Amino acid sequence: MFKRIAFTVNGKAFNFEVDIRDSLLELLRHRLGYTGTKKGCGVGECGACSVLIDGIPFDSCIYLAVWADGKAITTIEGVAAKSGELSEVQKAYVDQGAVQCGFCTPGLVLTTKAMVESGKGFTREEIKRELSGHLCRCTGYQSILKAAEKSLEGHICRCVDSPHYKESLLQEKS
Amino acid sequence: MAYKVVGKSVSKVDAIAKVTGKAKYTDDFPERDMLVGKILHSPYAHAIIKSIDVSLAKALPGVEAVLTYKDLPRIKYTTSLPGVIEDVIEQELEAERIKFGTAGHPYSLDPGHRDVEDRHILTKKARFVGDAIAAVVATDELIAQKALKLIVVEYEVLEALTSTDAALKEGAPLIHEGREGNILASGGFAIGDVEAAFKEADLVIEGEYETSIVQHCHMENQTSYAYQDTDGRIVIVTSTQIPQIVRRVVAQALGLPWGRVRVIKPFVGGGFGNKQDVCIEPLNAAMTLAVGGRPVKIELTREESMVDTRTRHAFKFKIKTGINQDGKIIGIHISAVSNTGAYASHGHSIAGSAGGKFRYLYPTKALKYDPVTVYTNLPVAGAMRGYGCPQIFYAFESHLEDVAKRLNMDPIEIRRKNLVEVGYVDPVSKNKITSCGIRECIDKGKALIKWDEKKALYKEQGGDKLRGVGMACFSYASGTYPVALELAGARIVLNQDGSVQLQIGATDTGQGSDTVFGQMVAEVLGLPMDMVHVLSTQDTDISPFDTGCYASRQTYVSGMAVEKAALEVKGKILGFASSMTDVPVDRLDLLDQKIVYKHTGESVLTLEQVAMQSYYDRVLAKPITSDVSNNARVNGIPFGVTFAEVEVDIKTGKIKVLEIYNVHDSGTIINPQMAEGQVHGGVSMGMGYALSEQLIFDEATGKVLNNNLLDYKLPTIMDTPDIGVAFVETYEPTGPFGVKSLGEPPTISPAPAIRNAVLDATGVAFNRLPMNPQRVFEGFKTAGLI
Repeated sequence: MFKRIAFTVNGKAFNFEVDIRDSLLELLRHRLGYTGTKKGCGVGECGACSVLIDGIPFDSCIYLAVWADGKAITTIEGVAAKSGELSEVQKAYVDQGAVQCGFCTPGLVLTTKAMVESGKGFTREEIKRELSGHLCRCTGYQSILKAAEKSLEGHICRCVDSPHYKESLLQEKS
Repeated sequence: MAYKVVGKSVSKVDAIAKVTGKAKYTDDFPERDMLVGKILHSPYAHAIIKSIDVSLAKALPGVEAVLTYKDLPRIKYTTSLPGVIEDVIEQELEAERIKFGTAGHPYSLDPGHRDVEDRHILTKKARFVGDAIAAVVATDELIAQKALKLIVVEYEVLEALTSTDAALKEGAPLIHEGREGNILASGGFAIGDVEAAFKEADLVIEGEYETSIVQHCHMENQTSYAYQDTDGRIVIVTSTQIPQIVRRVVAQALGLPWGRVRVIKPFVGGGFGNKQDVCIEPLNAAMTLAVGGRPVKIELTREESMVDTRTRHAFKFKIKTGINQDGKIIGIHISAVSNTGAYASHGHSIAGSAGGKFRYLYPTKALKYDPVTVYTNLPVAGAMRGYGCPQIFYAFESHLEDVAKRLNMDPIEIRRKNLVEVGYVDPVSKNKITSCGIRECIDKGKALIKWDEKKALYKEQGGDKLRGVGMACFSYASGTYPVALELAGARIVLNQDGSVQLQIGATDTGQGSDTVFGQMVAEVLGLPMDMVHVLSTQDTDISPFDTGCYASRQTYVSGMAVEKAALEVKGKILGFASSMTDVPVDRLDLLDQKIVYKHTGESVLTLEQVAMQSYYDRVLAKPITSDVSNNARVNGIPFGVTFAEVEVDIKTGKIKVLEIYNVHDSGTIINPQMAEGQVHGGVSMGMGYALSEQLIFDEATGKVLNNNLLDYKLPTIMDTPDIGVAFVETYEPTGPFGVKSLGEPPTISPAPAIRNAVLDATGVAFNRLPMNPQRVFEGFKTAGLI
């Protein structure tokens, strides 16, 4: 069964018939060619496939493609400026030596970007908690944490699983 | 020595490609009409296939081919291509099919030194839960999965031997015909007379230690795709550490001449030894042959990758040490039982490497090593970061701690009494220690963790949370010499603008070898890093020959080839400049992209001028290139130490690592930031090995119960404390720029250091890994602490 959905990826509009069984990961990688989104487990354990959906990080492997209807999706290909200049987060990952095999990197860069853009500040432990959905076997997380801290100097975070996110939801409700 | 680029933390050459999503891994290349290959895995640990019916699966629309052992080639060197599979006669006997070995070792001209050939691409006898029985090629994944369910297999279930004890028991069924007692191999070495040494020693102390089966968990699973090119050759794009060996093994497995196979390695999402093995490529090649050479991909799921690729060998050790009251070790006897699982893969080499690399640390008059490698009906063990050394050093460094305790001696003191010195020649390998900073590493680590202060502080403590400090040392090797061939190749081309391309056969799987090779070339040629273009892809048709990424060999061994290639290009540049200027070569030098007079530094020509002339001078033109190979017959021995401080919660059994420092003597450090990154990752893996990681099996059935990243306890960022890193930079005269290896060593000593810290804190010795809360809790109960 197919369903027509409309969505944007990195600001570009798509209007597509999608197989209702497909994940957003499959749609992005196989049909649209956004291969920067990686598949490490396919069941929401490792975080390699993270993308931003309306600014919030999600594991795209367990997010159905049809749910993306009306959503704005950001993949790793949409993080650098159109001129090619790296974002501050990307620069921090390069400068801090946070990249080894690079397979977990796109997801981590996107989650860090979401944290920066939330405009909130938080402790080191909170940064770790935010990034804990991303598994990495190469770095022991040391330089990743440094890169995130560097990116977040002067920011606080409101990501989906952050205490600040829940606070902001409560604030919106009240 | 003052270097300009070597020793600097330049950014990884592929970092920008990786943070922008532009780096292409195996799965990122689209092929039109790519078919999907899926594998039927055995549900039984030990069973013979009595019958297999694939007719229903074949009849499913969208299924292009179904393969079983019957469809695989049975005669070596069948050269009829394409369609080798159709050509072979239906033959029921599995014994007639080609058997091959999968380990990522260089080929040996000596038949006695080759890997054990005990494997079929698809088997008639299942030897572990997950063994590949049949395979489907279909137009999409869902059809392929559906077809797998339509394959009807009748099994005769045999007794599952899920431990080395069960496999070694008299009368146990044989997992491989002809392998009596289920022993793959045995045999180590003996130096001196260990029994005489025990008689001479003041004290003889014994201990038993056991390690667990763990898995690599590289973030990118094994994945490959294969097709036949227009000339009939098989092309395989795969996530591998060893493209040249994949090529050879695929050809051997299918009975093809080696030149009929081409292997391409794009970016690789981690390997840690699991991709130093040939797991899926032979089947992938068979699949494309079965569908007329159309492209077929095999992308293992995480669940498959954790069962049907490779694991780390679990070892059981018995150690006996004869020692004098002053702490001098007189003799050591280590017996080991290594569990290789269902197939040989790297097999007894792991046990051999463990003993071989251990020998360098504490030379004694007498050392006897008796390992035996045993088949069991468990997933196949192979290479994993450290290659036997995390196992043996966990055992021995734990044992030495126990010995120190018995002698009432400081654990650092006992090690100092026995450590190796420069000039020592290993009696077995004949490798000589030509640099050694282990004593300085210990001094540095001791100061970093504030050892004396904490030892004193924790003498008097009580309550439910106890703290302690521990340490452990290691030795390793840089490559495999003299056990195996250490051949490496490099090629450099000077471009018109004075920049260069560097091609190597060595593979970067994330550790950063491409960058350090680029730094070496930049150093020799006086170029900035952005004038050195390193080709990251290896292609067996194009790249120079190199056996690949393993044994912590590349910076050391392949670096020799890179340095040689750069020196050759430098010589040619100066020679060309000499021919242009009539100034003798020995008066010229290359500096900051200029040809200069050696005596004044005054510029004679720019490098670009020489490069342009080398391409376009109507008389002299001859582009400047080098293409070298280096056969290394040396081995620089690296050393290091871990210091750890723990807090143990007696009530919950939880061990928290408060501080951990790894101090390494890896010779010259080419890139400090990347070197630290290697240590971070290795220590993290070592901490997982110590505290949480373990593949858990159902003992009755041999089924893995936690083959996913939720139930297998890989360290997360929340579990990982700050990891302290320091280096003692010695100069290794045999290595390029004075380097020794670093990739694997950081994984070796964290587990025993943590174990020794827990012993220091609680008085309880944990001689079995992992020290997870349940086991620690049980240990405390037995010890009467709770």
